[in-house]
Amino acid sequence: MTTQVRTEPITVNLGPQHPSTHGVFRMRVTFDGEEIIDVEPIFGYLHRGSEKLAEERTYVQVVTLTDRMDYVGSMLNNQAYMLAVEKLAGVEPAPRGVWLRMIASELQRIASHLVAVGFLIQDLGAWGTPLIYTMREREKILDLFEMLCGARITNSYLRPGGVFMDAPEEFWPAMNELLDELPPRIDDLDDLLTDNDIIFSRTKGVSILTPEQMIDASITGPMLRAAGVDWDLRHRDPYDYYDQVSFDRPLHTAGDNFARYWVRVQEMRESIKIIRQCEKLIEPGPVRPEHDDVPWLLRPPIGDAYAAIEHSKGELGFYLVSDGSISPYRCHVRAPSLINLTLLRDMLVGELLADMFVSFGSVDINMGEVDR
Amino acid sequence: MIGLGLLKAMRVTLRNALKTPFTIQYPDRKVGISGAAKNEGKSPVGLIATQPVTAAKAAMSMYSVPVNIPQNRRFRGNEFTWYEDRCTGCASCAKYCPLGIIEIVTSPGGFDVQEGESYAIDVFDIDIGRCMFCGLCVEACPYDALHMGSQFERSKYERDALVIPVDELRQALRQPSSWFRPQFEERDYDPFRDGANDEHHSVGRHEKPDQETLDKRWVEER
Repeated sequence: MTTQVRTEPITVNLGPQHPSTHGVFRMRVTFDGEEIIDVEPIFGYLHRGSEKLAEERTYVQVVTLTDRMDYVGSMLNNQAYMLAVEKLAGVEPAPRGVWLRMIASELQRIASHLVAVGFLIQDLGAWGTPLIYTMREREKILDLFEMLCGARITNSYLRPGGVFMDAPEEFWPAMNELLDELPPRIDDLDDLLTDNDIIFSRTKGVSILTPEQMIDASITGPMLRAAGVDWDLRHRDPYDYYDQVSFDRPLHTAGDNFARYWVRVQEMRESIKIIRQCEKLIEPGPVRPEHDDVPWLLRPPIGDAYAAIEHSKGELGFYLVSDGSISPYRCHVRAPSLINLTLLRDMLVGELLADMFVSFGSVDINMGEVDR
Repeated sequence: MIGLGLLKAMRVTLRNALKTPFTIQYPDRKVGISGAAKNEGKSPVGLIATQPVTAAKAAMSMYSVPVNIPQNRRFRGNEFTWYEDRCTGCASCAKYCPLGIIEIVTSPGGFDVQEGESYAIDVFDIDIGRCMFCGLCVEACPYDALHMGSQFERSKYERDALVIPVDELRQALRQPSSWFRPQFEERDYDPFRDGANDEHHSVGRHEKPDQETLDKRWVEER
C-alpha cells in the first residue's frame, strides 16, 4: 500500500546578503520539496551608475571606473575600454604597450578563472581548503600586478595607446618563476577535482544548457564553449596582437556544470602558453605614444565606436559615443556577467536546492559588473 | 573507476597538508622563547636568566613580534608625499583627480627662479577618505612635486581626520612610491628599503638647469 504525500510549494527569499551569492544578489525561489519550480532573480543592489559617471569624466579618468566594474578582472576591463577609446580616437598603439597589456590581461584571466574554480568548489560544500589552493596562486598573480602598477585589484594600468609605464626589471624573473610554478599547480587542481568521483556526481548532468539556447540568449565565454561552440573573440575577431600568437580553444560538449568548470581549468593552461609567446615576441621600445599624439585631454572626433574583447566571463564590449568634447557623450558596457545570467531560470528549474548555488556559481558572474 | 580519483585527490591534500602554511600573520605574530630571545637581542638562556617574565610569556605563546611586509616600490600608498619647493601651485593634480578631492588655494607672490614663477600655497588638502588611489594626480604633476606615498596603516576614528591638511603634508615622512616616477627606478630607489627621501632636488624627472640657462630664460628674456 502506498501513501500519497501532498506537498505544497514554498517560496524562499535568498539574499541579497547571502554568502553564496557572489555579491549582493537576490533570488525569490519557489520549491516543491527540494526541487526548484520557479526562480525570480532580482538585482541592482550594487548599481553605482558607472556609465553615467563616465559621461562627466575625461577619457583617461574613466579607466578608474572600469576597474571597479568587474573587480576580479580589472585588467581585462581596462583593455576593452582602451580598445574602444583607440578605435574612437584613431590612436595608433605602441607595440610594447600592447604586448604588455596582453601579458597583463592573460595573467588576469588566469586569476579570474582561479577565483571561479575555487568558489565553484566552495559552493559544492568543500569549505575552505580547495578555495585556498586557488587563492594562493591568485595572490602571486596579484603580487605581479602590484609590481607592474602598484595596485592589486584596482589596477588602472592601461592608458590610451599602451600602458602607463614599462614593467620594472624585477617583473620578468618573478613572472617566469610563476609561469614555471603554475602548470604543476593546475595539475594538482586536476588531480584534486577533475578526476574526483564526488565532483562527478555533484556536477555532471546538472543545469544543462544547449548551444541553441545559449546562442539565442547571446551567452558567450566559457559557458558557450562548454557546450561545444567554438566561439572565442581572440580567435574569431583578433584584437591587439592575438593573431600573432597560437593557442588552442578547449571545448567540452556536455554543457553542464562540470563542463564549465573543465573549460576554465584548461583555459588557464592556454593563457600560460600565450604569455610565454608574448614574452618571446616583446621588443624594447616606448610603451605609450608621445604626449603630442595622445594628449591627456583626448578629444576624439565626433562619432561612435564599439570594441569587444574575450573577457574571462564572455564578450566584454564598450560602446562609446563622442561629441568632440573631452568626455564621452555616452558610454555603454556590454557586460558578460549580466547577459550570462539571462538563462538562470532555465538552468535552475527542475534542479535540487543543493545544486542551486553550484549552478549559479558556474556562470561565474560578478555582481559589480551585473549592476555596474 | 570509482575510488582511484579519490585516492589521487587525497594525495594532493596530503602533500599540501605537510607543507608550511603560506599565510602570513599580520600585524604581529606569536613567537616562542627562541623568537623572543632573537627579538630582544639575547640568547635563549640569557633571556630566561635576565627576563624570566618575558621568557615565561613567550613559553605560553603570549609574546608577539610585529610583522612588516614590504610592498613593491610602485605600491600606491595613502600618505601622499609632497615637495613644497617643487610645487608651483598649478593645480593640475586637482584638475585631473577623477573625484575632485584635492583642494588648492594659492595666493600670488611666491617666486621660484628654478621652476619658473610660482604661487604661495595656502591650502593643499587631500581628502583621502574619498581617495581611490588611482595615482592620476601624480601622473598629471608636471614638476614631480606630488608623489604617491608608501604607507598604508592610516586608520582613523573620524572621517574628518582623513583629510590631510597642508601642514601635515609639509611635515610628513617622505617615502615616495615610484608610481609614474621612472627616475626612482633608474636610481634603484626603494622606499621600503632606503627609507625617507627629503632631498627635493633629486626627485624630479628634469635635470636642474645650469645658471647660464636660468639667466637666459628668466633674466635676459624678460
